[in-house]
Order: sequence, then C-alpha cells, then structure tokens
Amino acid sequence: MVYLTRKLEFSASHRYHNPALSAEENRQVFGKCNNPHGHGHNYTLEVTIAGEPDPVTGMVLDLKELKEILDCEITQRMDHRFLNYEVAELKNQIPTCENVARLIWNLLDTKIPQGQLHRVRLYESADLFADCYRNGAKGMA
Amino acid sequence: MIETLHIELGRRYHFPASHRLHSAKLSEEENNRVFGKCNNPYGHGHNYTVEIRFSGPVDSATGMIANLSELDAFVNERVIEPFGHRSLQDDVPAFRELVPTTENLCTEIFKRLKSFPAAKLEAVRIEETSNNSFEYEGN
Repeated sequence: MVYLTRKLEFSASHRYHNPALSAEENRQVFGKCNNPHGHGHNYTLEVTIAGEPDPVTGMVLDLKELKEILDCEITQRMDHRFLNYEVAELKNQIPTCENVARLIWNLLDTKIPQGQLHRVRLYESADLFADCYRNGAKGMA
Repeated sequence: MIETLHIELGRRYHFPASHRLHSAKLSEEENNRVFGKCNNPYGHGHNYTVEIRFSGPVDSATGMIANLSELDAFVNERVIEPFGHRSLQDDVPAFRELVPTTENLCTEIFKRLKSFPAAKLEAVRIEETSNNSFEYEGN
C-alpha cells in the first residue's frame, strides 16, 4: 500500500453559535469564536489516498484528477466563503475544525476514482487541526 | 448520528527549555561518547513544539471533541508551566534519574496528559528542532 497526500489551502470565515443556547452560554462555550460577525482563517487541507500504484502508470491516483476533484468539491465550495451561511451542509452545524473535516471527508469519500480516501487533515491554523479516518483504518498507515 | 469516522483533534503547543543529556550510570568518557555535544556540562536549549492528538465523539451542541480553553488550561498547567523556560533535568523531578531526551519527554508528557477527562489521548509528538521529531502513542 502506498499513501499519496495532496495539500491545498483555502480561506474562509466562520462563527461558532448554537441557537439552542442562550447568548451568555454561547459566549461562555465559544468565547471569541462567538463574536457576531465572525472571523476567518487560512485553512490548510491535506488529503491522503491509499492504494497500490497502477502497474502501467505507476500512480495510486492521477494527481491531476485529484486536483480537479479537490477544486470542484472543496475550493469552489469553501474558498472565500462564510462557512455558516454559504456552505449548505454546515447550516445546522457549528463549523469547527472537527465538523468541517468530517464534511470534507463525506464530500470526497465517494468521489475518489482509484485508491481509497485514507485521511483528511484540516488545519485551521498551524496549531490546531482535525484528522478523519474511516473507523478501524487508522492503524494502517 | 452514527459516527462511521474516527476523528481526532490535534493541537500544537510551544515551549523553550534547556537540557543536558547525561547518565549517572555512565563514566565521563562514556557520557561524552554517547551524547556528544549534548553532554556539554552547562546544557543547551531548544524551542520544543508539542503536538497532541485526542479522539472522542464530536459533541453535536458544540461541534467539538474537546473544549479548547479547557484543553489549553489542562496542558498549560501540566506541561507548559512546569517545563517552559526550565532546565529539564534540574527543574522537573521525573528527569533527575531519567535522561531528558525527547523520547523520554514524549512518554513523560503522555503520562501527564492521559487523564484529560473530556477525550482520549491518542498521541504526543514532539519536535525538538524542525529536523527531529518523536512520537509516542502510549504503548
């Protein structure tokens, strides 16, 4: 098994706010991330595909194809957007690193034509990230 | 919602500290041979980066595996305060006997953080410099 990782960056804004909680509770749980007009990050996404290199092309997956999938599914959907309002799948979720990483996994998982999605790592900043693996597949790396 | 994914939260912290690699079980010459420059008598320092990863269910009300301010307070109290701007072998009791290599620093930090109540500690990874890193998963 070989693991191939492609990195991309996008910039987006978000706000942490749960309408089921009071204003005070929101402030207490989410702190500055609850500021009403939101704030933004430069996100870095690493997508890892696991597979056997094709005997003819030597590739696990053609990087050009992966780049197009990432552009269509992630960059066009999320780059320079306000995640809470402009990404439909996040409408009823808090757009934390964990939830955005899970959404990215779900958007990509069925679109990978060769190999298998192994890991999605989303950095919200250099010091905060979330990893997603298929249950039980993490130890394979 | 049934979670079909394994999700981890990763957080990186930074602290500077000094250390000297020296074992009381070895002669002066052996210490010198084994540890080289790291055995210099007055020690030297690094800017350590500690990366920790936790797993657990993502709370649907908060979208989080663990509240970051709780996590930061926990790590600050157990690692950053006692280790930051310190001499590891002189100021941290665990390293009075144990050589303060970054391997041993990984296991010591794992020990100090595994009781975090809100999520399961998966790994501690430390960059001693940007060229050397060490990781411990608790086994």
